[in-house]
Amino acid sequence: MTNDEGMTKPEGGDASSSSFVIRHSSFRPGHSSLRRRGRVLERTTFWLFRLATYFVLIAAAIIFLDIGIKGGRTVFTSKPPFINLPFLTEPPQTLYVFEFEGKKMALGDREFRQWKTAHPGIEPDASSVAYSAGGIWPCIVGTALLVIGSMVLALVIGISSAIYLSEYSRNGPLIRLVRVAILNLAGVPSIVFGLFGFGLFVIFFGWNVSLIAGWFTLGLMVLPAIITASEESLRAVPQGLREGSLALGASKWQTIRKNVLPYAMPGILTSSILGIARVAGETAPIMFTAAYAMKDEMPWQVAKFTDFVFQGVMALPYHIYVVSSKIPQNEYTERVQYGAAFVFLFLVMLIALTSIVLRERSRSRLSW
Amino acid sequence: MVSLLEMPETASPLTMNEPASSPGAPADHASIEIANLDFAYGNHEVLHNINLNIPPRAVTAFIGPSGCGKTTLLRCLNRMNDLIDGARITRGAIRIEGVDINEPGVDVVDLRRRVGMVFQKSNPFPKSIYDNVAYGLRIAGVTRRSLIDEAVEKSLRSAALWDEVKDRLHVSGYGLSGGQQQRLCIARALAVEPEIVLMDEPCSALDPIATAKVEELIRQLKTQYTIVIVTHNMQQAGRCSDRTAFFYLGNLIEVDDTTKIFSNPAQRQTEEYITGRFG
Repeated sequence: MTNDEGMTKPEGGDASSSSFVIRHSSFRPGHSSLRRRGRVLERTTFWLFRLATYFVLIAAAIIFLDIGIKGGRTVFTSKPPFINLPFLTEPPQTLYVFEFEGKKMALGDREFRQWKTAHPGIEPDASSVAYSAGGIWPCIVGTALLVIGSMVLALVIGISSAIYLSEYSRNGPLIRLVRVAILNLAGVPSIVFGLFGFGLFVIFFGWNVSLIAGWFTLGLMVLPAIITASEESLRAVPQGLREGSLALGASKWQTIRKNVLPYAMPGILTSSILGIARVAGETAPIMFTAAYAMKDEMPWQVAKFTDFVFQGVMALPYHIYVVSSKIPQNEYTERVQYGAAFVFLFLVMLIALTSIVLRERSRSRLSW
Repeated sequence: MVSLLEMPETASPLTMNEPASSPGAPADHASIEIANLDFAYGNHEVLHNINLNIPPRAVTAFIGPSGCGKTTLLRCLNRMNDLIDGARITRGAIRIEGVDINEPGVDVVDLRRRVGMVFQKSNPFPKSIYDNVAYGLRIAGVTRRSLIDEAVEKSLRSAALWDEVKDRLHVSGYGLSGGQQQRLCIARALAVEPEIVLMDEPCSALDPIATAKVEELIRQLKTQYTIVIVTHNMQQAGRCSDRTAFFYLGNLIEVDDTTKIFSNPAQRQTEEYITGRFG
């Protein structure tokens, strides 16, 4: 718009100024409708892109606020210690709802039995709501066990193959095939991993619904991400460090172990922590392979040590799925639904935060 | 171009004038003999029929314009080119003390311990100064603390770095200046007591003062080590080498005593390069 002066200038002068005038001649009066349309288009596209960007913010805000407010009611209390410890440390219980002497009572399984012994002879007409009393402690433990086992598995296999791909392999048809396989594995939907794990580990290997079947299924699922991240971290280590080490008479493996892997490790671990968030969050791979809807014993309450890996566990995402879709919904189920979602979200954020802190710290420590 | 490619034939009589250690017979201490060497990256031949003898306990400089193959030849001497896909010797042999280093039976790890290397870009490890120098010894299985202490001090003294770092041996090697880092890399290479030290443009990233220190160091080291140095700096070759080999387009054009090369080269191309008319 500041070019108006330039446009009204008489034609002529040197070549550059004349081309300047010609370029803007179409905006002269008489083409004002075109000009207005152009401006409207500019404003429209600007707001389209801007709204699309802010939409993310709105969506995130709604999700976090909804879970934060409703879940916060379960997880926090108004009295000290302000955190609902029983919710975090007790197993789920059935909630019994009944009317007694005009009062509406909502008692957990254990409390309900105590109440009955305290009121002998009275048989209240109680309706029961599954899993809506007590807490989610076994789910937290189960998820932790699943994450630890599957990540150890995925890291061992993933780092090993990343070392092979980055340090040993020469680019041939077989290696290209391996890379295609990794890409494809990354694209497989998680429910397919669940069914695969069910078919191979649960049925064919006869491991039943168990921790170990869940470890392998989740480990396989997260493997492509680990391999890719590890390979990138290994390749980021300058070639000069490898050559320097080899030139001193170090063998290839000595070089990798002493002078490549240590510098790649922070990168490998930080990106793996994001893998942890995925492993912890997936429901589909464990619903057929490792997760129980309800289990009375804690994982360490096994008869034999060897039974440990062959037991199913409760898990947070599966528990959320069960309490949200497998039981009839009413005002009593909301407590545990949102409470579990809140705890789950908090744990995943904690893991992500750890990854960021680790990354920043390792970045400042290592530079070349 | 055609005349250049034919150069090896005219150049080879010169190399024959060398006090050649006859193949098979026990050679001098850590002498290197390069015979009829062709080298290729994939199908692209970059070294053509190189014949060169490198005398022990002397400094031999490789000079020539960029891309002439001098670094490639240097990296052949400790088989560093093994790391590069498709890089291979297509003909000829390199013998160190009469042993063909590309024979299947040769232990490349042992070869690299005996033939040390200092790289163009100083590459200290992200470890302390002490650990950098001790690295090669620890790799070789030395565990006695007193032995390592001794070797670290000796190597740092040889590399003229000891006085500058003796009070901060346990801080990161990255804290040193560029020239100090390069001398640290030299100390690191000396710590494993090689017989031959290869230097690939060791001063290319250094300022004149640091360069002077490294050159002084090279002059001192030649009493104990066979040194091969690649350099782009003609004055450097003149100052610190005993013999100079001039390469052009993958051919060895001329090799002779440094004083002769710089005062009265036999080949016109050598003279033109040295006087700065091309390259």
